[in-house]
This record gives sequence, C-alpha cells and structure tokens, in this order.
Amino acid sequence: MAPVPKIRLKGVKKRFGEKVVLDGVDLDVAAGESVIIIGGSGTGKSVTLKCILGLLDPEEGTIEIDGEEVTRLSGRERERVNAKIGMLFQSAALFDSLVVWENVAFGLIEGKGAARQPAKEAAIKALAAVGLTADVGEMWPADLSGGMRKRVGLARAVCAKPEILFFDEPTTGLDPIMGDVINELIVKTVRDMGATALAITHDMASARKIGHRIAMLHAGKIVWQGPVADIDRSGNPYVDQFIHGRAEGPIRMAVRA
Amino acid sequence: MPVLAPIGRAFLALLAVAGRLSLFGVAAIVHAVRPPYYPRLIGKQMLEIGYYSLPVVGLTAIFTGMVLALQSYSGFARFNAESAIATVVVLSVTRELGPVMAGLMVAGRIGAAIAAEIGTMRVTEQIDALTTLSTNPYKYLVAPRLIAGLVMLPLLVVVADVIGVFGGYLVGTYRLEFNPANYLKLTWQYLETLDVVSGLVKAAAFGFIVALMGCYHGFNSKGGAQGVGIATTNAVVSSSVLILSANYFITAAFFGT
Repeated sequence: MAPVPKIRLKGVKKRFGEKVVLDGVDLDVAAGESVIIIGGSGTGKSVTLKCILGLLDPEEGTIEIDGEEVTRLSGRERERVNAKIGMLFQSAALFDSLVVWENVAFGLIEGKGAARQPAKEAAIKALAAVGLTADVGEMWPADLSGGMRKRVGLARAVCAKPEILFFDEPTTGLDPIMGDVINELIVKTVRDMGATALAITHDMASARKIGHRIAMLHAGKIVWQGPVADIDRSGNPYVDQFIHGRAEGPIRMAVRA
Repeated sequence: MPVLAPIGRAFLALLAVAGRLSLFGVAAIVHAVRPPYYPRLIGKQMLEIGYYSLPVVGLTAIFTGMVLALQSYSGFARFNAESAIATVVVLSVTRELGPVMAGLMVAGRIGAAIAAEIGTMRVTEQIDALTTLSTNPYKYLVAPRLIAGLVMLPLLVVVADVIGVFGGYLVGTYRLEFNPANYLKLTWQYLETLDVVSGLVKAAAFGFIVALMGCYHGFNSKGGAQGVGIATTNAVVSSSVLILSANYFITAAFFGT
C-alpha cells in the first residue's frame, strides 16, 4: 500500500466571479519532499497556496494534509491543522506592532501557549539559525532590510517546529546574492527539520536549488511535473518557454511588446 | 426602467453590505465571549481608546458645556427663564451631548486608527500570517477592540459629563454671574438616575459601533494604500452615521413615551 502523501490536492477548482483561477489542480507532495510550483504571474500559484492554508475555500475538489480532508474544517480544527504548518510570506508579513523576537516567538506564545521567556529563548535560537544575532531580536520590523525581513520570516516559520513549510516567492525583491543566501537557508532548514516543503516561485534558480520536484501551473492546471533534474528535457512547450524566459510560445501574456 | 435599475442595484448592494456586516458582527461577538482571551491586548486597547482619547473628549465636552450655557441664556432670557440654564445644561450633556460628542470624537480618532491598522495588516498579509500561526484573527484583532470600545466609551462619557457640566458652570458663574451655590443646586435638582444611565447605555452602544465599523472596514480593505485610505474614510463615515441613528432609537426607547 502506497504511503499517504503529506499534502494531496485532487481536482481543486477556484474561481473569482467569472474568472476561473484553478481549474482542477491535482498534486501530491510526499513526506520529506520539497515541491516547487512554478508558473507565470496570475496563473494561480498563490491561490493554490492560500487554498491549502485555509485562507481561501475552493469551490470543488479536496485538499488533504496527512490524509485528512481540510477544506471544510471548523475554526478550531483548522487551527489544529495549521499548528503543523510554517509559512514564509512573499513580503515576510511581519507584525509591525511587535519587535522581532516577539514576531518569531508568536506561534509559540499565541498558538501553543508557551511562556514568554522560554519562547524568547527559542526565538533567539531560531534567529541564530538564520544568521541573525540576538540584538536583532529587539529591533522593530520597520528597521530591517529586505533580506533581514526574509530571514526573520523564515525564523518565524520554523520556530514552532512545523512538519510542513510553505514558501511564497522566497527570493522575490532580493538581490541575487541575498536570494542565494535565502535559498541556502531554506535548503538547510528543511533538511535539518526533516520537513515537507511546498514553494511557489517564478525564480528558476531558486526552484532548482530548493526543490526535489517541480510542478508547472498554467491556466489553472498542472501542465507538467517531475524531478528537478528532468525539467530541461521535459519536452513540454509551456515548461520550455517558461524556463528559458521566451516571449514566443504557447503561454500568451495579457500585454505583449 | 433605466431609472429604476440603478436604484434597485444600489438597494441590493446596501442589503449585501448589511448582511456581511451582520455576519461579521455576530462572528465578532461569538469570538469575544469564547476563550481564549487576550487580556494584554484588551488592556492595550482600553488604554488607547480610553486614556489617550481623554484630551480630545475633555476639550470637546468643556466647550460644548460652555456654548450650551451661553446659547441657553440668550434664548431663555427672551421669556425670563434664565434659571433653567443649569438644568438644561446637565440634562443635555448627560442625555445627549456627552455620549454623542464623545462617540463622534472617538469615531474620528479610534475608528480611523482601527481601520487603518487592521487594513494595513490585511493588505500586507499580516492577517493571513496570524491564521497560519494558529491564531484566530477575530479573537486576536477584533474581540479586544470590541471589548475595549464597549467598556471605555461609558467611562469616557462619565468624564465628558462632568467636564461638560463644569463648562456650563464656568460660563454660568463667571460670565453670566449666577450664584455658584445656586447654580450647583439647580444642576442637581432635576437630574435623575435615568438621565445618566441612558447616556451610558448610548456610550456603550457607540463604543461597540466605532470598534465594529473600524474592524469591519479594516478587515475588508484591499488594494494597497488607496484601499486602506478608503477603509479608513468608510469606517469614520459609517460609524458617525450609525452613532447618530442609534442615538435616536436609544432615546426613543428610554424617553419615547
């Protein structure tokens, strides 16, 4: 009997008004695997992630985490499932009203009811793991650079030791060197924790570095998926056009030069 | 038909907003009464709504009381009823002007701040981050503000009542040359418990309205800085209109015989 996937999407459909964003997405992510969803802007990558996280409800299809269907859970049950999850947002989404260590320890204090002092110690350890010193913990998010915000976001995502990590465009807005630093941190963190990871990105360097497997999303469907090593010989015209960044091909952009 | 169609659409849109607001309000109340509670956040919001609103509410109250005394004098002097000024001031302030002026001032100051803060959290994905950290945004963001609004507005109105009556006393005794002891005697003579209680009930309702509208518009803001600006404006305008209309219905319930 095949092991139950950590995350399973079956026939997930989501529309906003008349616009169909997800049109039957099927995807399995095995435990301990890192899967990257690639695709152009507006193809539904973020919507897929938000459906898995319970931030959006799909109209059709099922989403399972550890074999449990999670699309129709009540608030409390959803919070229980979310306790398994850590998320690095594209903008880091740090809480402006809390200093850095409080941001990092938030999941421990508010989500798991930990006392502040041990939570602070855990936060400082998590900050150290992403290369930030303890004094950064006392800073406000507004005083951090883009790279530091991403690192703090990563520390917050992993501080409560989740089983599943989600990454939303982890390198967007960073210079190439800082982007690579973040990629290295993600690879190391996921490996050290033994976590399952699902990332969405349109940065192919990042996808190749942090993923075991890549899935290409186009027009609301997964049009190709396979190991990272196979992507250059996928034979799929959508994938070829995307990874080589060509204007000409089957993917039509809304605005053409 | 071309005239009726837009009216019908506007009416349907109004009903839709009323429905969404009602659902939001019910969800907010349910989450406010069910654990977990956030006493630290409730305390912080109480300080923000109550203590930091004291200067603006106090200044509004004292000038309102002073103007009321002057206006009453110039009007009542026409039929030799100057002795009613103290009674008119205390009844007007405790029943109407204290709660309504405090409510409108807090709507401008706090309603706008709540909508801007929560709206910014919405457009920067901080509310989504709360959810992924197993924290219910209704409990963490909405409930503390609702409780603080409900509790602190009546306390602010007690202060506003005292300062407003004192403003009338200052004008009555120093400018209109009433005997101070006589003015105070007339102030207390016709004041009944119901006058003060009705004002405090109004204040609690207004505090709820201000917090609810701020949270609702902030929660539903979209589209970046412009969306947050629109949410802020809508919060202030809608809470001001609701305060004035609720004022009529509460007055009718207490004194509409």
